[in-house]
Amino acid sequence: MTALPQAAAEALDTFGQASGWEQRARLLMQWGERLEPLDESERSEANLVSGCESRVWLVGAPHAGRWHFRAASDARLIRGLLAVLLARVNGLDAGELAGVDMADWFNRLGLSRQLSPSRSNGMNAVLQRMRELTG
Amino acid sequence: MALLSPWRADFPALAVLEAQGQTYLDSAATAQKPQALIDALSGYYTCGAANVHRAQHQPAERATRAYEDARIKVAKWLNAACPTEIVFTRGATEALNLLAYGLEHLIEAGDEIVISALEHHANLLPWQQLAKRRNARLQVLPIDASGRIDLTAAAALIGPRTRLLAVSQLSNVLGCWQPLDPLLRLAKAQGALTVVDGAQGVVHGRHDMTTLGCDFYVLSSHKLYGPDGVGALYGRGESLLQLRHWQFGGEMVRIADYQSAEFHAAPLGFEAGTPPISGVIGLGATLDYLAGLDVAAIERHEQALHDQLLAGLAARDGIHLLGSPQVALASFVVDGVHHADLGHLLTEQGIAVRSGNHCAMPLMKHLGLDGATRVSLGLYNDETDLERFFSALDQSLALLR
Repeated sequence: MTALPQAAAEALDTFGQASGWEQRARLLMQWGERLEPLDESERSEANLVSGCESRVWLVGAPHAGRWHFRAASDARLIRGLLAVLLARVNGLDAGELAGVDMADWFNRLGLSRQLSPSRSNGMNAVLQRMRELTG
Repeated sequence: MALLSPWRADFPALAVLEAQGQTYLDSAATAQKPQALIDALSGYYTCGAANVHRAQHQPAERATRAYEDARIKVAKWLNAACPTEIVFTRGATEALNLLAYGLEHLIEAGDEIVISALEHHANLLPWQQLAKRRNARLQVLPIDASGRIDLTAAAALIGPRTRLLAVSQLSNVLGCWQPLDPLLRLAKAQGALTVVDGAQGVVHGRHDMTTLGCDFYVLSSHKLYGPDGVGALYGRGESLLQLRHWQFGGEMVRIADYQSAEFHAAPLGFEAGTPPISGVIGLGATLDYLAGLDVAAIERHEQALHDQLLAGLAARDGIHLLGSPQVALASFVVDGVHHADLGHLLTEQGIAVRSGNHCAMPLMKHLGLDGATRVSLGLYNDETDLERFFSALDQSLALLR
């Protein structure tokens, strides 16, 4: 297995030490504050990911073959979930991206329920949009 | 004294959910089921399933009788004039679609179909699409600040071109009873057909079709403590005659040939294919159970719980109710807090409430919201459920603010 991106290793370390839902929620909110901002023009209809109960925007582009995503949401915990998601995928090439097991990643962070099919928080829709962008 | 539900023990899931640390406050989405229903389903499957209205053998006769008994029970529950006024469907949504197709031939280009701003998608989309098919106009009655349909506006909007009025009895978001009597009178004065969506209303109190005076009334079994996959359409005898057949196959046909066919009248003519037999029998058993309870005691209990819910919400800063809920549920938003965040943290604490648009996106847009949190009550809830909810709410808000 290839080494985790540095931000991912940090997420794993931090969330791994969290005990209980309150601490995980606090961490998610802290991580959410670290999202790189999207400017007004990027918060557009075209970048809006449908299927989320809060509004989520996602943009992404490859730089020298390595993908860099930015995302925003109007809900704080969703911003946190986006932050730990991006920590895992930013900097990967398309092949590495395709190989990431997202369910496993959220599971390792103690956030597995956030990807369950009945969740309407939209993480699955974000992953779908990511696949479309990198397809 | 703590408010305890004497009916809680009749619903085995409540104890199981409690053992799992779950507090169920989402009964407006679907209700938990009484043991009487579980026994009936298990009894039906254990003692021999059979199709209805087909074979002459004994298991079929037994199933058909139980199925038709359930029709009598629904008719009694609604005080319909006759069991043949009850059509079983696969849900309230299907019943509304049945109406939108069955009545399509009565709608001409330029006619008006009137609904209200608070309708659930199930009582909006079938009419919206019917209007599109027939080049008719969909009129939307506005609501006032309390969440009731505005009668002054209704009097102006229901006019000579109105062919049909379709409104909810009790809003699934705002929790207030709609002024059905004056609305139905306005529609009738114009010769329009009237449809009442009773999906939420039927769960609270008893409603009498002979006095309500609508042409059609729609209910959902699973919200009324019955099985899912079943709904019922009440149609006044003469109103049912206006319906054209819409789904074909099974025992809805009287005479079939390769090129043509003749169909049964309602109700059988509108129950194409094998109906949800076990579900209908289960609904019958649920109604038997409910009929054995003290209606006034349930009403008092639900009202007392609802009062506590409203009082608890009012006691907290920055909480705003949607409309002025009267019964069953309350939807709210919190200043500076996204409903998705609140929903997330309540879920973490085992509180089963609904957060989102509640299948009423146009209503949310009308209220200028992108969602809300809804707490809804069943007859099995008691004060401890609300205490757990409020404690989780306080914890969540402390984290989020």
